[in-house]
Amino acid sequence: MKKTILLAILAVCAMNVSAQGRRSLRINEVMVQNDSNYMDDYGRRSGWIELFNTNHAPLNISSVFITNNPATLNPDLSVKERKAMMYAVPLGDVLTKMPKRQHVVFWADGRPTLGTFHTNFVLEPGTENWIGVFDADGRTLIDSVTVPAFLAVNQSYARKADGVNLADGKELGAAAWEIRDDSPGKPVTPSSANKIRETNDKIEMFSEIDRNGFAMAIMAMGIVFTALLLLCLCFSAISRIGAAASSRNKAKTHGMSAKELTREERNDSGEAIAAIAMALHEHLDAHDRENTVLTINKVKRAYSPWNSKIYNMRHLPNQ
Amino acid sequence: MDISFGDFMMQNLTEFWHLTGFYNATFKHFVMLAVGLFFIWLAIKKDFEPMLLVPIGFGMLIGNIPFNTEAGLEIGIYEEGSVLNILYNGVSAGWYPPLIFLGIGAMTDFSALIANPKLMLIGAAAQFGIFGAYMVALLLGFAPDQAGAIAIIGGADGPTAIFLSSKLAPNLMGAIAVSAYSYMALVPVIQPPIMRLLTTKKERVIKMRPARAVSQNEKIIFPIVGLLLTCFVVPSGIPLLGMLFFGNLLRECGVTTRLAKTASNALTDIVTILLGMTVGASTQASEFLTTETIGIFALGFMAFIIASTSGVLFVKLFNLFLPHDKKINPLIGNAGVSAVPMSARISNNLGLEYDPSNYLLMHAMGPNVAGVIGSAVAAGVLLGFLA
Repeated sequence: MKKTILLAILAVCAMNVSAQGRRSLRINEVMVQNDSNYMDDYGRRSGWIELFNTNHAPLNISSVFITNNPATLNPDLSVKERKAMMYAVPLGDVLTKMPKRQHVVFWADGRPTLGTFHTNFVLEPGTENWIGVFDADGRTLIDSVTVPAFLAVNQSYARKADGVNLADGKELGAAAWEIRDDSPGKPVTPSSANKIRETNDKIEMFSEIDRNGFAMAIMAMGIVFTALLLLCLCFSAISRIGAAASSRNKAKTHGMSAKELTREERNDSGEAIAAIAMALHEHLDAHDRENTVLTINKVKRAYSPWNSKIYNMRHLPNQ
Repeated sequence: MDISFGDFMMQNLTEFWHLTGFYNATFKHFVMLAVGLFFIWLAIKKDFEPMLLVPIGFGMLIGNIPFNTEAGLEIGIYEEGSVLNILYNGVSAGWYPPLIFLGIGAMTDFSALIANPKLMLIGAAAQFGIFGAYMVALLLGFAPDQAGAIAIIGGADGPTAIFLSSKLAPNLMGAIAVSAYSYMALVPVIQPPIMRLLTTKKERVIKMRPARAVSQNEKIIFPIVGLLLTCFVVPSGIPLLGMLFFGNLLRECGVTTRLAKTASNALTDIVTILLGMTVGASTQASEFLTTETIGIFALGFMAFIIASTSGVLFVKLFNLFLPHDKKINPLIGNAGVSAVPMSARISNNLGLEYDPSNYLLMHAMGPNVAGVIGSAVAAGVLLGFLA
């Protein structure tokens, strides 16, 4: 029974881990018409969809489904019907393992035979393009985006920052996206970060605002004190509860109420505890394990040439 | 091949000569080898933290044997795929320190702290050494992330220093680790003069009330509540605090004795050997002997002094608000730095020097282990702010 419960807990944990990993996948940038932009390995240009792994761990996207068919949102469809409308990222390609916080580009050229990263559909210029990414069950929608119809040639529809969909805990929706035309400040960035970080913003901020480290010292010491003060208060309370319980038990054995116990009676001194321990030791004649106990048991040691005396001693001492 | 036998021999021997340490040696290599030998001497002859200084010192010898780095022999600690590089991964990726913390947790008895929880605040106060050093490091021109990594030396906690520097300033990690362990070994030299300077004779003989006995239940609750409270405040401290409290639960719960023994003995010993040796080997002359390293050593020394000072002064301040019979002996203030159990032993020795019947060891262990928690929290804070 215990084993069954343990296995069930482990199974649930494993499922959560998997689900959490898949949920971290995001559609990050899309280009519908590509005339002079990014080129595939065959020297051809076509629309593309960039996915981003927001996780801080690698993510295998094999068996994930990508589609531009909004009919897949119909809950009445069977899994088989659904899967028939989508492009399944093939199994067995090492390149489908995305490193942490990295990008991968799928070519929407309708030629899946060209490789893993070529979908079986194309994006339609001049109309709204809905794109969805489904989990391996073909039912769970991981992420979707509707690319506006007015997207011009060589323009991309990109998240302002990689994978970011929330601000202050609220869904940004379309506000998280912008149109990019490769002009300064609006770069088209297939297979690379949408927001290029040249420096660590936090460190820059500390360098500029907190030049003498005074603010850091106050904040950090405040946090350290808070953490240990919380622990201190918590254990003061636990200590009081423990002491009260101990007093109650002691009063019970003395046949009086806890209030009648004097302070000395409540708290046993170290000397008293040592005396009690010694008395118990004498009474029980208890021995610790001693290495000088005489025994007739044979001492066994695992043989190894490294500890064998035969090899360490001279066989013929006279020589 | 149009080459004579003699030329062939000569050519190969010349190539071999170019691979030897004698050919590639520079003055810097000999300086570092001398430092390594000095560490080994300190450990063996002076008994200064031998468990740490012998592996580090010998690691310095290993790491500073000159060789031709352009030969691609995959032998150097910074050459990907070399044996030393694989062992060094535990340092560079920061997973040795949490394993050491697991062992520390399994070895540490938090009874003194549980019996007198207010001693935790001394452990917090001593962390000012870290942030005082941070401010000075900024003044000296270090960037905030580098300053944070250097300042953690003031926590007097080697694994924490390695963990944080591997995240914030990997290029300075060797110097920071060696500096942290060196000063930890020198705690008996650095702290007593500060303690004498900041306390009066009357304060040094304050006798503290004996700590009450702590129940098994309290000991079991401590790591669980400790983890939840501290990590809810500073989640970035999870790797260190999680392992520390986990190790302690293994020790105290009473049903995982085997695991606690392994964590506190075999596992800690293995990781200490690997950590010490690889940290020592990472101090290669070309990377280590720079003006920055001198700055780091100076800042580390100062951080230790500030930490010890703030611990002692905090106790004196605290005493102003405590009733007469609950006063704390300020000699245990230095133990707020987390050099366990060395700094607590110093409190005890100094206490006995002024009153042969005043045993402060158990009282000093309270702030000492609080210092371990405090420095891990401080590292988490720095990581959260600067990473």
